[in-house]
This record gives sequence, C-alpha cells and structure tokens, in this order.
Amino acid sequence: MGFLNFFKRSLLKSPDKQPIPIRGILVFENTSEVIRAENILKKNGRRIKVMGPPPEIRTGCDLVIEFPLIEELNILRVLKKADVSPIKVVPVDNPLLQPVDLFQIKDFGEYLMVRAANMKLTVDKKRLTVVNISGGGCPDVPYLAGEMVGKSLQGAPSPNEIGHTLCGYALQLACEEMKRRCLH
Amino acid sequence: MLALIGTIPDITFPVVKGEVSLKNEKIYIQDRSVPVNRGTAALIAAAVKTLEFLGQSFPSACLAGDIGLGEGSRSIYESLVREVGCSGFTTIAFHYLQPDVDWHNRVLFAINDMAKRPFLIADAGFMYAAKMSGQAEAYDLFTPDMGELAFLADEKAPHPFYTRGFILHEENLASELITRAYAHKNAAGHLLVKGKEDYLANHEGILDSVNTHIKEAMEAIGGTGDTLTGIVAALLESGMEINEAAITAAKVNRLAGYKAKPTPATQVIEIINQIPSALSDILAMDQPVDTKNDLFLETGTNA
Repeated sequence: MGFLNFFKRSLLKSPDKQPIPIRGILVFENTSEVIRAENILKKNGRRIKVMGPPPEIRTGCDLVIEFPLIEELNILRVLKKADVSPIKVVPVDNPLLQPVDLFQIKDFGEYLMVRAANMKLTVDKKRLTVVNISGGGCPDVPYLAGEMVGKSLQGAPSPNEIGHTLCGYALQLACEEMKRRCLH
Repeated sequence: MLALIGTIPDITFPVVKGEVSLKNEKIYIQDRSVPVNRGTAALIAAAVKTLEFLGQSFPSACLAGDIGLGEGSRSIYESLVREVGCSGFTTIAFHYLQPDVDWHNRVLFAINDMAKRPFLIADAGFMYAAKMSGQAEAYDLFTPDMGELAFLADEKAPHPFYTRGFILHEENLASELITRAYAHKNAAGHLLVKGKEDYLANHEGILDSVNTHIKEAMEAIGGTGDTLTGIVAALLESGMEINEAAITAAKVNRLAGYKAKPTPATQVIEIINQIPSALSDILAMDQPVDTKNDLFLETGTNA
C-alpha cells in the first residue's frame, strides 16, 4: 500500500512541491489552561494535539494545542463557552502570520460594503438591513448568507455564533466593522 | 459529461448524485430541489442555462449538505474517491467544499485512475485545498477573485484569511500576483481572475482581459463569481477551447449582470435569468467586443 501511494504520488503534477500546513496553534496563558482546553476539545470530538510551541511564540507556557486551522471559528466558540479562551491563534508553520486586518470600504451611496480578508458584507444604509454577502469559499458562506441577507444588521445572527470556518471568521470581522460604522 | 461538485447550505441534505436541472429558480436533482441564491446552486444554475442555450445535455452533480462543519464535504470526497475513476466525466468543476488536503489528494489520485483525464476546474474551497496541497498544477483552470489571487500568490498563506498584508489585492497588481502565483507553482494551467476587469492568464502572464459592461455593484452581489465558473465549465464541456471559453464566459457573465440592472442589493438569480440573452448577444458577434469603445462601458462608482 505504501508503495502504491508512492507510485501514485509520482503521478501528481508537482511531486517536489510541499503542501502548506493548514493546522493552527492555540496559545494559552498557562499549562493548566492548555490541559483544560484539551479535555474540552477532545470531548467535543475535535482532532487536536498538545505540543511544544515554536520559538517565535514561546511565552513561558511550554505547551500549545494544534488544531485544523479551517475550524478556527468553531473551536474558539467551544472554548469561549467553557471560559478558556486562548491568548493567541496562529498557523503552525508560520506562527508569525497574522490574519488580514485591513478593512476595505466601498460606499455605493445607498449602500455600504465592508470587506475583511476575502469576505464582503453590504448593507442598505437607510434601512440598516444586510442586502448581500459575497466572497469566501468555505461551505458556511452560503449558509451565513442565507441566514443573514434580508435581516437587520442588528437582528441578523452573528457569524461568530453560527459560522464555523475562517471565512465565517472574516465575515464576523466585516460585520463588526459595519456595526461600528453604521450603529455607533 | 460535465460534473459539478459542491455543497448545499442545508445540514439535512444527504449526498445526492445525478442529472441536475433548473426550473422556477430552483435546481432539481433526484427528488430534491434547492433554491438558487449563491454558492454551488448558483454555479449549477448558470451551467444549466448555458448548456440549455447551446442545446447540450444537462450536467451531472454530486451534492451534500454542509454548513461549515465539514461532514457533507467529507461525504462528497468519499463518494468521489469510490466512484470518479469509472465515471466517464469529461469536465469536472469542484466548488464549495471544506478545504481538506488529505481528501483533496485522495480525489486527485482517483482521477489519475480515469481512463481519460477530464478537464479539471477548481474554485472556492476546493481551490484553496488544491493550492495548499501543492498540487495546483494538476488543474486546468482556477477561477479566483482578486482576494483569492493574492492568496494563490502568497506561498505561505494557508487560507485567504492569512494572506500577508504586503501582498495587496489591488486590481492594478493583477499581473504581479499572477506571476508570483505561477513562480511558486500555486496556479492551475490557466487562471480566469474575476474582478472589475477579468483576466485570463497562464504561466506566461496575462493573455487577455475583459472590461466591458462595468457595474461596480457586481462586486457586492454574492454568487457572481459562481456564475462565471458555471458558464466557463459549460462552454468547455461544449467543446470550446480554453482561451475562447474563458473570455466568452467573462463577457457573458458581465453582460448578464449589466442586463439585470444591478444594485448592491440585487440577488444573483436575477443575473442568472439574463444568461441566455447575454449568450445570444455575445455568441452572435462575429468580431471580438471592442473594449475601448463599447457603448455600455460605465465607470461610475454608483450602480
């Protein structure tokens, strides 16, 4: 079987190109929080591992939790519910990578669009309703759009509560920025 | 046969495979229907409209419910690994699937077992997985928007959310981003980049671009990229060569949007309904559209 896999790998177009790891690291204040978080996530059926941190993010704590990065929003929600939130979340292979933190704003006159990373949220400025959601590629994007479009900015469910992926997380950021601009 | 693979935002929707059709703004597959708003349903609706117009048979689809937890996507991956090898598909478009490198690679292995390799298109979550797996070059066409192009260009980013800040996704940087994506082997044979201006590129750089029928509002409308992927998939399946299919699809998608008189609140089904009329206009032209003097060119910021 191993030989077969090797043979199949050789049929791939870029056998020399290394995949980009898509796992993330949760960094906590102390080891007891790591252990508590581990128990909670394992009970929740999450595919996680407790490991030593890379030097770039060593904060005195000698353990971190590795998890599938795409599930970041979902995992953070589980931990928040249990009141054991990490102090930092970073990609495994590049712990210095930061989420896109720039918002791009487009004013269409009657409508305002906020883009965060790959997600765009558009609101009717007068009625303060969500009129469109675009961008993204994870399967919760059409779901979030279905749940939010047509509802008021205030009353629409938050992507933080019903989203599950990094695209959902980006939409949450866009939503927060939109609220900051329209409601405050 | 054209196969369209993706998820439906309904957790109760099981894995369903078969011919898919479109009626009364819903797609129909087996005994189930799905409203067309955005995502894979919009891609399918656009492909069906295009194939219908061309007098071709309806596409096949493999769908499952997934709201971001990944279960539906994994069911689709499993099904593909089991069955794609003997499916006889000639074109496959992969779409909204939870990015999962292991499953992505298993699907690619199964495709390698096919007697004749199909034309492979990837968009949305599956395109993310294709890039992250290091196997982007196994694909014939990716259809990223500018933000996703920046992600392809960033050799370190594991998801568009982590695209590094210095890799700006500005329209005027498209050429640099394309070069960088190919330099790091993170692009398919061809890229059809969706934006204010659409670009067709390969490893040599930008081959062609389309900037007709500019409507700023299109950027806000969810699903306009999905429709472009659906149209190009259908045109490729009809036998059109890649460069012609990509540029025709871009023109048709933009004209369909223009005809829908869009505002940022327009829903994508209104654009899909204009696809046959747009196809008729674009395919009837003997000469390529003159992008410099097009009467419909609009550059204002308000739709």
